[in-house]
Amino acid sequence: MGQVKVFGYWPSPYSRRVEIALKIKGVEYEYVEEDLQNKSRELLLYNPVHKKIPVLVHAGNPIAESFVVLEYIDETWKGNPLLPSDPYERAQARFWAKFFDDKLLPAVRSALYNASEGEEAQKVNEDAEEVLKTLEKEVKGKKFLGGNEIGFLDIVGIVAAYWMPTLQEAADNKRQVSSHM
Amino acid sequence: MGEKSSVKLYGFWASPFVMRAAVALKIKGIEFEYIEEDLRNKSEQLLQYNPVYKKVPVLVHNGQPIAESLVILEYIDEIWTDPPHLLPKEPYHRAKHRFWAAYFQTAFDLMLKTLKTEGEEQQKALNELLAKLDVAEEGLKEIFPSGAPIFQDGNPGYLGIVFCSFFGNTETMAEFFGTKLLTPERYPLLSSWAAALSQIPAIKEVTPPAPKMLGVLNLVRQNALKSNA
Repeated sequence: MGQVKVFGYWPSPYSRRVEIALKIKGVEYEYVEEDLQNKSRELLLYNPVHKKIPVLVHAGNPIAESFVVLEYIDETWKGNPLLPSDPYERAQARFWAKFFDDKLLPAVRSALYNASEGEEAQKVNEDAEEVLKTLEKEVKGKKFLGGNEIGFLDIVGIVAAYWMPTLQEAADNKRQVSSHM
Repeated sequence: MGEKSSVKLYGFWASPFVMRAAVALKIKGIEFEYIEEDLRNKSEQLLQYNPVYKKVPVLVHNGQPIAESLVILEYIDEIWTDPPHLLPKEPYHRAKHRFWAAYFQTAFDLMLKTLKTEGEEQQKALNELLAKLDVAEEGLKEIFPSGAPIFQDGNPGYLGIVFCSFFGNTETMAEFFGTKLLTPERYPLLSSWAAALSQIPAIKEVTPPAPKMLGVLNLVRQNALKSNA
């Protein structure tokens, strides 16, 4: 079917979601870990527009932007579908995936990384809570975000869920450190 | 065929995002009821159908709401499967369309910045916008290797819809900025693409007239400058 190569960066949720999708599909791929301070010539060649990871290269064709890559993976390898088959369900999955990236990840990152003390921290925490509440409503009663099978939305969300405890710990440590200073 | 389905589109006449949904439905030949929203006084239905963002457009198909314009475009293409098709068939070409649609969003964000700022800040945003369009001019050669299409079949396609929703109204943009943005010298591909798109009937039908559009743009600008001060 053509060789598959992924240019990624292990801490990046965008990079991880591409790998998870390929693993779910059982697609073998060569992984290239990028040093973001010293990007490879290949990465710059394959993603000249953004010069970012992740990039999937399939049979020499490069695809960038994680959601574009996920859709490509789902359309190219048919087993273990990532998106539901019903168009309305697909629309819901895409809507929530966008919500994750546009609202949830930035809000959580802000709450954990940026604001340190006081009013600013309060506002940022409230924003994150608001977003999480919205998501909570959606997740209620479902085993996986897409229903009963792991899918698109879970892949997108899984990295956030997996990393959140770690980020929380890091942020708490940071807060503890800064309060001691 | 079976029962006729109910299709409603909640929108705002000046919104490029709403324009996309309307154009897509027209291209597909789908009859729909259009509901104009007053964005300062949103209807109960809109808030019920899009509780997360409370924004337009929202497509309601047989009572089921779909929000986010690109999600709507994909839905329209997937549920009404007869040609014309909005996205190409081949996965790699579909990926290219989606990639550039996302890219045009970043260019539009700069256009909004240009709209809402003045002086040096505005000039900076404008220069960044033009630089992004340079990148698009080069990159789109992959999709249009023989130059901009002529749209004999009247189908702008997914990417054409996205592009013209942002950059298609060249007349209005030129009047507002006092200068043509997509000059043929600097952007031969993009400018001829925009010109061809603007001739498509479905797009002409939903393009707001320049004076009306300018009114809204000026209002947005004045409000933004006031709150920046």
